[in-house]
Amino acid sequence: MQVIGGGTIKTISTDKIISEVAKLCADSNYYLGKDVVEALEKGRKKEISPVGINIFDQIIENAGIAAKNHVPICQDTGVAVVFLELGQDLKIEGGDLYEAINQGVRRGYQEGYLRKSIVNHPFLRVNTGDNTPAVIHLKMVAGENLKIIVAPKGGGSENMSAIKMLKPSAGIEGVKEFVIETIVNAGADPCPPIIVGIGIGGNFEKCALLAKEALLREVGKPNIIPDIALLEKDLLNNINSLGIGPQGLGGIVTALGVNIEIFPCHIASLPVAVNINCHAARHKEIIL
Amino acid sequence: MSPIRLMTPLKNEDIEKLKAGQAVLISGLIYTARDAAHKKLVNLLEEGKPLPIELKGQIIYYVGPSPAKPGQIIGSAGPTTSGRMDSYTPQLIELGLKGMIGKGKRDARVIKSMEENNAVYFVAVGGAAALIAKSITKCRVVAYPELGAEAIHELFVEDFPVLVANDIFGGDLFKEGIEQYKNKNLS
Ligand code: SF4
Repeated sequence: MQVIGGGTIKTISTDKIISEVAKLCADSNYYLGKDVVEALEKGRKKEISPVGINIFDQIIENAGIAAKNHVPICQDTGVAVVFLELGQDLKIEGGDLYEAINQGVRRGYQEGYLRKSIVNHPFLRVNTGDNTPAVIHLKMVAGENLKIIVAPKGGGSENMSAIKMLKPSAGIEGVKEFVIETIVNAGADPCPPIIVGIGIGGNFEKCALLAKEALLREVGKPNIIPDIALLEKDLLNNINSLGIGPQGLGGIVTALGVNIEIFPCHIASLPVAVNINCHAARHKEIIL
Repeated sequence: MSPIRLMTPLKNEDIEKLKAGQAVLISGLIYTARDAAHKKLVNLLEEGKPLPIELKGQIIYYVGPSPAKPGQIIGSAGPTTSGRMDSYTPQLIELGLKGMIGKGKRDARVIKSMEENNAVYFVAVGGAAALIAKSITKCRVVAYPELGAEAIHELFVEDFPVLVANDIFGGDLFKEGIEQYKNKNLS
């Protein structure tokens, strides 16, 4: 706390942020969320393909081994995607916030024995050696807390994601068609069973961000808007009827969940983004 | 579908008994390589130079492991997407490469080359990286250390769990599996 003109202002040091981010990087890569584990167990029960059931067993056993031995669930420990919700009454002390996040990622990936998968330039492609820079999304919110979410994202599933600017007349059917087309095209590459994050509305970049944010919601927890929750359910059914199955080798559980976020949009637009997550759906958060 | 056991290097008789969908436990020496290492290997071939590893009868595993913790042989080590290697693979199969382990589909050229040269494509479970690491008993970098996780490693594996995705008889588990389970989701 710092006293300014009679009032007090809550402060957080960048050192604290660095160590928390480092811990979140390791923890998110080692320990699969309870919601995902439960969704996997449910999927295992539902699956009828013997090959698919065997794959589920391996995935569930793998998550157990990773947690027990404190090792990465997947060798692709991803791009460090960091969501920050910064209370407007909070003061950060000790340096630059973004630099602190990157320092935390650097430390977390080094000390956590995580794979460094970032190259410095799209064409020169020299590994930066420490998995920085992170992709950081900062949102200002009311209050005096700092919420940090670290969501490592692997290349396999990220590469199969897609965005499209539909005409408003395409409507809900157009959105469904594009989602299904994206999932079919992705096939085995994003390591199904997948979790599908969908953003609808906003503009070009807003809907991509919505799709990513949708993946932060618990698997199986529906959107609070009833007709969107219904669309989630419909899409999940349609996706699971495609036959793609675990690892794309056939089965009735291609997706564990579909999470949709929506936002108002321009009279002329209907943007839709599909961000696919693999079964290694990793994110951990802390509120400081 | 009980798994069969195979030892590397693979012989033609081994390959001939494999059908798409068969579960296999692989033991013996295998090599790792991803895109960057493939590119280097194929460049050497095009320059007419010898390769740093002998591919005859061998298996390449598409993996870039995470770093080993103290006391570990290797970090987490699940398969990466095989499609990124498709443009290089036929040349290696022609040199006698007998198997590949990865995840996801191969293109028509790779499948044709496998059928013509008696080679198979296995898939391991993408993301089951900590589990797979337990079947790796030795690990050593044998070429391109500058590539870090993408260097060519020589691995010794014991009962590495894979499935045959493409056999030499035209069997394709991706196609057959999806056909079989399309529209079977009833809830
Ligand atoms: S898609 Fe996910 S589970 Fe598959 S290799 Fe990439 S990070 Fe791992």
